[in-house]
Amino acid sequence: MSIEARNIKRAFGDFIAVNDVSLEVASGELVALLGPSGSGKTTLLRIIAGLETADSGQILFHGEDATDSGVAERRVGFVFQHYALFRHMTVYENVAFGLRVKPRHLRPARDEIRDKVLALLKLVQLDWLADRYPHQLSGGQRQRIALARALAVEPKVLLLDEPFGALDAKVRKELRAWLRRLHDEIHITSLFVTHDQEEALEVADCVVVMNEGRVEQIGTPEEVYDRPATPFVYQFLGDVNLFHGRVYDGRARIGDWEVPVPEGLHVDNDKAVVYVRPHDLEILAASDDRDALKAVVTQFATIGPRVRIDLKRVDSGETIHAEINKDRFLELQIGAGDQVSVRPRRHRLFGAAAA
Amino acid sequence: MAIFFTRRHSVLPGFGLALGFTLAYLSLIVLIPLSAAFIKTATLSWEQFWNSVTAPRAVASYQLTFGASLLAAAINAVFGLIVAWVLVRYSFPGKRLVDALVDLPFALPTAVAGIALTALYATNGWIGQYLQKWGIKVAFTPLGVLVALVFIGLPFVVRTVQPVIEDLEAELEEAAATLGASRWQIFARVIFPTLMPALLTGFTLAFARAVGEYGSVVFIAGNMPMVSEITPLIIITKLEQYDYAGATAVAVVMLVASFVLLLLINYLQWLSRKRNPSK
Repeated sequence: MSIEARNIKRAFGDFIAVNDVSLEVASGELVALLGPSGSGKTTLLRIIAGLETADSGQILFHGEDATDSGVAERRVGFVFQHYALFRHMTVYENVAFGLRVKPRHLRPARDEIRDKVLALLKLVQLDWLADRYPHQLSGGQRQRIALARALAVEPKVLLLDEPFGALDAKVRKELRAWLRRLHDEIHITSLFVTHDQEEALEVADCVVVMNEGRVEQIGTPEEVYDRPATPFVYQFLGDVNLFHGRVYDGRARIGDWEVPVPEGLHVDNDKAVVYVRPHDLEILAASDDRDALKAVVTQFATIGPRVRIDLKRVDSGETIHAEINKDRFLELQIGAGDQVSVRPRRHRLFGAAAA
Repeated sequence: MAIFFTRRHSVLPGFGLALGFTLAYLSLIVLIPLSAAFIKTATLSWEQFWNSVTAPRAVASYQLTFGASLLAAAINAVFGLIVAWVLVRYSFPGKRLVDALVDLPFALPTAVAGIALTALYATNGWIGQYLQKWGIKVAFTPLGVLVALVFIGLPFVVRTVQPVIEDLEAELEEAAATLGASRWQIFARVIFPTLMPALLTGFTLAFARAVGEYGSVVFIAGNMPMVSEITPLIIITKLEQYDYAGATAVAVVMLVASFVLLLLINYLQWLSRKRNPSK
């Protein structure tokens, strides 16, 4: 079952939460809606679920207009950041809830409900917790129960609002790998909201990057990370260094370093900004200064197999962050105060207007 | 005693002092006056005690007092819940005023409430004259007692349930809606069980207040022996006849009955709390 949003707009007073957003989720896909807080991603998800109404635009499920259908008619499974489990019900009763509230003629028999709930609890690997109450479970367990509860009514699509946002880092990592496996198992069209870029890149088939109510880029995790469409995506997905320079005759000059302006970008005799990720910076001995920037190491920190180095440009005094592996760092034999040359391996140039 | 050893491990200071103060204060304010009632009663022989507490007039008054109080608390639980719900969930002009009005029965001297209600419901009163045509008599009947008790008990339910409704997570209702529950099912299966402990507390408070209510009831009840005479009035009457021991005997019956009922409601509350922990 595919999901399509067409030109969705939603404002809260003067604040435009979702500004003319269109997106499509193909059947069976797992898509991440990624953006900083206030980017409109949760509002969009709630509009798709029918928990919120759009000021204009259309929502389609499997090509059929569902804009005016109520929450129940849309048959979406919704998972909330803070689980929203019913506290006065056991885990079993929580999962059975959606089946028990069905109209009498559609309601499965008691035994059927029982079989189904137990099967779902097995699916989320928590069948041994059936008789507990939510407050007796850990956060990760609660969220898995919430997921089982949402799946009980056999939703056509699954919508997850920051599903791992309230969990600690380790559990979050485990659960997102688990969600990926679960999705590979049941193939339900899923859309999840997150502000954690790592989570989006790791779990999703496709990432929709949102900012200030608009879609910045839609693409596979590789595409959005390696080929960001806008400076915002560059900065939001991972760390980045900004180098400000000027463009003359089709080449941008940043200190002693020169880069060609890509075709199709018409910037001339104007400011430009070059974006370089810390791990795309090469650190060289100071003597190797051809087509490189001179910088002084101010401090460094070893994090496992990687070393993060803070440098200060000799010409402008701006700070540069670089990340290299430990072997290379030891090979260079550098420390705080030493001068080195810095050369980007990969970069991307945007006109000053875009940045 | 084990409990006294735990203070060594407690990070809270002043355990001994705080406990001592609490016990002394409770004794002074609550236990000593209550035990005085028991001691005074003990001056009666068993037979005298039995005769005064089982006098037909007294028994009829117990039925009226406890029956009307329970019924009034139940009515307040239902309508108080609705009032609290409307005050939290909807916004309408004059909401703050309505919200303030709820407290009026708290603040109003009970005698004023009693006189006002009597004036309204008497056969020639604003409301009473119309009810009269339907053959309904409120003032000077047990129904009048009920009306007065409903009036004074309302704020207890509203004020205990209101904050809980305010704290209800909208997500719970949304989750239920996405699972296909109808509005009624959401209320009955999700919201109501969450409100139950607070509602029971409100019920208990309204009931306790109603059992002890005197001022507002004596005016509207008419105080006909065997029909509309409440137990507190019996006590007053006995006192006025200098039958102090007889008065305390009836008081003791009331005390024990109230205590047992409150204990029972507390047990129910404990049950529903156990099933519905706050987090």
